[in-house]
Amino acid sequence: MKIMVPIKRVVDYNVKVRPNSDGSDVDLANVKMAINPFCEIAVEEAIRLKERGKADEVVVVCIGPSKAQEQLRAAMALGADRAILVETDLSLEPLAIAKILQKIYDQESPGLVILGKQSIDGDNNQTGQMLAALCGLPQGTFASEVTFNESSIYVTREVDGGLETLELQLPAVVTTDLRLNEPRYAALPNIMKAKKKPLETLAADSIGVDLTPRTKLLSVSTPPERAAGIKVASVDELIEKLKNEAKVIS
Amino acid sequence: MSVLVVAEHDNNEIKAPTLNAVSAAVSLSDDVHILVAGVACENVAEQAAQIAGVTKVLRADDASLAHFLAEPMAPLIAKLAPGYSHVIAPATTTGKNILPRAAALSDAQPLSDVVAIESAQVFVRPVYAGNVLAKVESIDKVIFLTVRTTAFDAALAEGGSAKVELVEVEGSNELSRFDKQQLATSDRPELTSAKVVVSGGRGVQSSDNFSLIYNLADKLEAAVGASRAAVDAGFVANDMQVGQTGKVVAPDLYIAVGISGAIQHLAGMKDSKVIVAINKDEDAPIFQVADYGLVADLFEAVPELTEKL
Repeated sequence: MKIMVPIKRVVDYNVKVRPNSDGSDVDLANVKMAINPFCEIAVEEAIRLKERGKADEVVVVCIGPSKAQEQLRAAMALGADRAILVETDLSLEPLAIAKILQKIYDQESPGLVILGKQSIDGDNNQTGQMLAALCGLPQGTFASEVTFNESSIYVTREVDGGLETLELQLPAVVTTDLRLNEPRYAALPNIMKAKKKPLETLAADSIGVDLTPRTKLLSVSTPPERAAGIKVASVDELIEKLKNEAKVIS
Repeated sequence: MSVLVVAEHDNNEIKAPTLNAVSAAVSLSDDVHILVAGVACENVAEQAAQIAGVTKVLRADDASLAHFLAEPMAPLIAKLAPGYSHVIAPATTTGKNILPRAAALSDAQPLSDVVAIESAQVFVRPVYAGNVLAKVESIDKVIFLTVRTTAFDAALAEGGSAKVELVEVEGSNELSRFDKQQLATSDRPELTSAKVVVSGGRGVQSSDNFSLIYNLADKLEAAVGASRAAVDAGFVANDMQVGQTGKVVAPDLYIAVGISGAIQHLAGMKDSKVIVAINKDEDAPIFQVADYGLVADLFEAVPELTEKL
């Protein structure tokens, strides 16, 4: 079985981004970029399934600028076999991304697609669900465990209030939650080997998908700052402040 | 135009986040319909009819709709959608699972986790772990939204008198099957709607030590939350995680104990009215958002606080 893993190039999770001076968008000039953390978990899961003999090939796909090759090489250094870059300088919405991924899905016909549950830049949490809808596949979102049967998989999902297990017919779409696994680091020899693995590049506008945005970003702003707080010296002072100043306890 | 709200329920009662979604809907239209989907969900539909602001209840009753599986739910919503200007679900794990699938079937680009409605087409939503607020205009014919529950007041559960109407369901799902669930049981208030939340982090050091947090929470009738570090270390269950990838809370009082205050954690709690931090590291970032900070060893300060309250 082939596993397809769409990944995203995003701002490193430790970077605190700010709006640019005219508030038209966030300022991403000279900011450190990385694979979205949830996508790393997706790559790791695919590689583990290959190591357990459940998959024979792992294909990573990224839709983004030419520099996103870095993230695809990084995924191949972790163990992915080959990569597809759908090149565009546009910042696409999840709907357009899902439509592009649908085309790649049709072309590759993988047995399983694993994505991160959300990207830490847009915080949308949509692409996996939308891809599953467009391909007519079942979805196992927010997965913390995936186990295999003959023609189906069992996905344990992190839901409000606890865990839920679903059985999905294959092929299926799974989106990863934090607890699915602990991604590995790339070893230096594997980084070197990854440079020789195949990386195919396609132009996004040649794929035959309508990329017209459905939403317009009007402005971005910083959320209101909280007024500076105070440090209290003792538990007694804390209780006194909460009772008499903040009036949140009685 | 009318607005459709997708209700969340457990076959006994409407879940609280649905009431916040109804409020968001009422701000868009005075004709708010609510979809109650499930098996033998008559009682829940009756409850939905009582919610203030709801004008019509659509009841979809079929075996395939048990457990809110996305595969049968999404086509049902997509089939109803063309009659509405907006389709709204609360931004819970259920809403986030289903709504994007329904939107894709309707060829629409949904908006996630909306915190403010500026007009029928313009919405505000947090991005980059809540460090930036984006104001976004949608040009979709039917606008699909999930709304952050802490950003909208709950509609009154009583006072309405909507009529209930049955909707037809295709009634098959070959793709997925509900197997089982393990729900965490707790007598404490529900995390996302609690007035007071006490959260523990890595500094609590062990699962056993979390009893300190529970004791304090019980004294305050508070819900208990946790940072990702505490969840990953196995101190508490996953569903207690507060943050960008866990739950978003906005209680009147949030007490962060032994939590450093990483960006990802702040994303889940910084809209709380009053934030208290108890941490022995006076440089911990949590003190930058805390209204009241106590630099102290939590193993001494928390028992003392619990006792003196």
